[in-house]
Amino acid sequence: MTATVAVAHASARRTRGRWTRFVLRRARRLLISLWILVTASFLMIQLVPGDPVRAALGTSAPAELVAARREQLGLDEPLLDQYLTYLRDLFTGDLGESILTQLSVAETIGQRLLATLSLALPAFVVTFAFAVPAGVALAVATRQGRRRRTELTFVGTSIVLASIPEFVVCVALVAVFAVNLGLVPAAGRDGLDSYVLPVLALAVGPAAVLARIVRVEMLAVLDADYVRTARAKRLSALRINLRHALPNAVTATLTLSGLMLATMVAGTVLVENVFAWPGLGGTIVSSIQSRDYPLVQGAVLVYGAIALTVNTLVDVAIAAIDPRSMIGDS
Amino acid sequence: MRRRRPEVLRTPLGIVGITLLVILALLAVLAPLVWGDRATATHTDNMLAGPSPEHWAGTDNLGRDILFRTLVATRLSIVLTLAATIFGVGLGLLLGMAPLLLPRRLGRLVVAFVNVLLGFPSLLMVLFLAVILGVSTTSALLAIGIAIAPPFARLVYALGAGVAERDFVAAARIAGVHPLRIMVRHVLPNIAEPLVVNATVTASSVLLAFGGLSFLGIGVQAPQFDWGRLMQDGLAIIYDNPLAALAPGVAFVLTGLALNLTGEAAAGTFGAKSRIRTTRSLTERRSVSPRSNTRDADTDLVLDVRDLEIAFPGPYGPVSPVRGVSIALRAGEAVGIVGESGSGKSMTALAVAQLVEEPGRVTAERLTFCATDLRSGRRTAHDALLGTSLAVVFQDPMTSLNPVMRLGSQLGEAARRHQGLTRRQASARAADRLRAVHLSDPERRLRQYPHEFSGGMRQRAMIAMGLMGTPRLIVADEPTTALDMTVQRQVLDLLQEIRRKHGTALLLISHDVSVVSSICERVLVMYAGRIVEDLPAADLYTQARHPYTRALIGAVPEMTTDLDAPLATIAGQPVDPRHVPDGCAFAARCPRVTDRCRQEEPTLQAGPAGTVACWHVGDPLPAETKEVAVG
Repeated sequence: MTATVAVAHASARRTRGRWTRFVLRRARRLLISLWILVTASFLMIQLVPGDPVRAALGTSAPAELVAARREQLGLDEPLLDQYLTYLRDLFTGDLGESILTQLSVAETIGQRLLATLSLALPAFVVTFAFAVPAGVALAVATRQGRRRRTELTFVGTSIVLASIPEFVVCVALVAVFAVNLGLVPAAGRDGLDSYVLPVLALAVGPAAVLARIVRVEMLAVLDADYVRTARAKRLSALRINLRHALPNAVTATLTLSGLMLATMVAGTVLVENVFAWPGLGGTIVSSIQSRDYPLVQGAVLVYGAIALTVNTLVDVAIAAIDPRSMIGDS
Repeated sequence: MRRRRPEVLRTPLGIVGITLLVILALLAVLAPLVWGDRATATHTDNMLAGPSPEHWAGTDNLGRDILFRTLVATRLSIVLTLAATIFGVGLGLLLGMAPLLLPRRLGRLVVAFVNVLLGFPSLLMVLFLAVILGVSTTSALLAIGIAIAPPFARLVYALGAGVAERDFVAAARIAGVHPLRIMVRHVLPNIAEPLVVNATVTASSVLLAFGGLSFLGIGVQAPQFDWGRLMQDGLAIIYDNPLAALAPGVAFVLTGLALNLTGEAAAGTFGAKSRIRTTRSLTERRSVSPRSNTRDADTDLVLDVRDLEIAFPGPYGPVSPVRGVSIALRAGEAVGIVGESGSGKSMTALAVAQLVEEPGRVTAERLTFCATDLRSGRRTAHDALLGTSLAVVFQDPMTSLNPVMRLGSQLGEAARRHQGLTRRQASARAADRLRAVHLSDPERRLRQYPHEFSGGMRQRAMIAMGLMGTPRLIVADEPTTALDMTVQRQVLDLLQEIRRKHGTALLLISHDVSVVSSICERVLVMYAGRIVEDLPAADLYTQARHPYTRALIGAVPEMTTDLDAPLATIAGQPVDPRHVPDGCAFAARCPRVTDRCRQEEPTLQAGPAGTVACWHVGDPLPAETKEVAVG
């Protein structure tokens, strides 16, 4: 019996050690990814064909102004020096100045990022608040081929909804609620009611997809042996479904939620464009069009860093909830 | 025989998807030829008009017809989608196959590279590339292609690596076939199906990505127009003519829908599980037969089941895996049920434990547990009784415990619900029960998760879970089948010990005659949903009269069994519960079959030691039973 105990101790230690190693591995990958991101955003301005400053300021700009801006951006120095300067500035929070407006890129992005998050986070919450209960309820109601019609209606509706891209949702919402009914403003960020359409537009597609995934996961879990065990213990339906089944079903959902938050931040690019929202997405697009490269650099960097960090955090969170998820990851 | 339709066309949604795709393809080819001129003709006298008989969707700010523009834009939208998809999928194939072809170290580098790329959101990559390549249709195409490549590469690599380990690939490799040829001839054909399905789904996201870029003004540039471009133009005039933005939007939705539906139908992912079970009786509750037969109710009985029937609705009428089974158990008694898979023994156990779920229906002339009629009242009416007095031990301890809950809460929860214990009391009781099943260091075990336990330890924990109350009956469904030999013995000994100590009755389900005969007092032999023999375990080897029982006994290897000869099996297949024959169900496999057996079903009648359902119970036993049974 003592031998068994020792084995059990060792296995518990192994699990803990595995988790630490997993976190370290993920942290290393995150750092490498961030380094690639930083380097790529540094190289971006170098890779632009022709003179980026000339491209930004236009052919009619005086030569002295172009030269001054090139000087300011340090574009005439050796590449390695520029890279080191870029890294040093980055660590002090200095992302440079806009070629066009001379405003600090870090400050501009800071303001815009807040506006973007004020859309993405509520949309994220709305998505989950709808999708998880809906998916669970539908799984419980339609398991083992019960209520076939409800199931078909739901699957059909969610496929249709998920097929509609955000910008089409935006346009449709604007056409109906702003143009036709005049209930809420069509664009701008002004007061609570201006949030309604953009948040809805961001949440509809992901909510439909997520509800479907929660349902499928939940159906699989409800057929699991341990749920039968729970039923054999005569627990309440609520406890069987929520305490025994749901946590096993959300692992996949959580993986997805990371991607979903990332796509939501991505979705804001389009949604902000439709609603003239003063966010990061709108800034990226307009700065690409106006070739304001320092601003593009900064925006891509911040946006990429957020997405990478979110993905890593989600992976680590899943590993903590469900130790089995680390298996097969090397 | 008629040719089978492709999988995609077997579901209504798949048919709709394919039909839409065909229409789109026709539009892409024909629309620019037929309506090309009308889509670009400007009419300055008819700008920003709403819908009219001439212009069904109105006109834009140059008086161009919205409907025709949308139809004509089909070609460019689809061509760009296909081009970007083909480029991206091709790139993904290269990246995914590279690690399988390149030297090991280089291959790992490619995998790491793909993994890092996967972390970046695809829109970010598209925007990044759009900056470097400049704003144009071509750069958008390249950018989207490059962005979809990493996820596809990962899929190719994961699937390809799986196939590459199989024998036939190894054989080809040893035969000196060139790695590239192995890849193209042996690996790719085997993973083509999921790749095609995934490419379809990818195409739909490419369509949207391209539309998005055009909509943002960094994709297709005027005077060319795709749907995204049309939407951008339409948004500017949404207050004048909302249809200018909505018409191309509808086109997006229909195309996305067509691709998604086709992909889903091809993957067969939705509804696959429940497709088979369509029936009218889904809403029927378990029916309760009249409660008349109480005259010889025996109060000493822990479990009294008479004429148990279980029915599941099937496409050709109800299917009954259990047909008229009767079991009675006294306190402390151990009864075993043996039979092959599909004989209905596990179903019987589930019905006794009240775990048969809709759409299954359980009926019985009597179904009494601890003097309580389980057929009465609502489903939940007997929860407290069953939760404390009936313990169930399932076959596979690896899957029967919840992987995300600590053992302590899994043990304690039923006691808290049914016995009103506090968390602390439940925990103390759980520790005590773990000690009772001889698990060491119980306090620490309570804080552990199931994956930290071995199979035998988990089965002990399952038994401890049943002991949280004061069980009068333990239903154990193949409790040792998933365990190795030495652990089997320990678990059986534990069940025996509990039975002796607490006078608990045991209903042991097993396919293994030797397991049952070693710890039970009585053995019930089940075949095709019926009990065919019921006799004391002590008489099993000597007095069993049913040819099926004899065959089961004959199939058990003994110390003297000649290991070089094939192991004895029972000839023929078990009866399919959907097609139970008339007469004796075992007739088709029985060495002693006569015409009577095929026509008339035997009922249980007194035999030398118990009861037997066989017309030949009175005949002398053939000298060599085993020989006949070998198949």
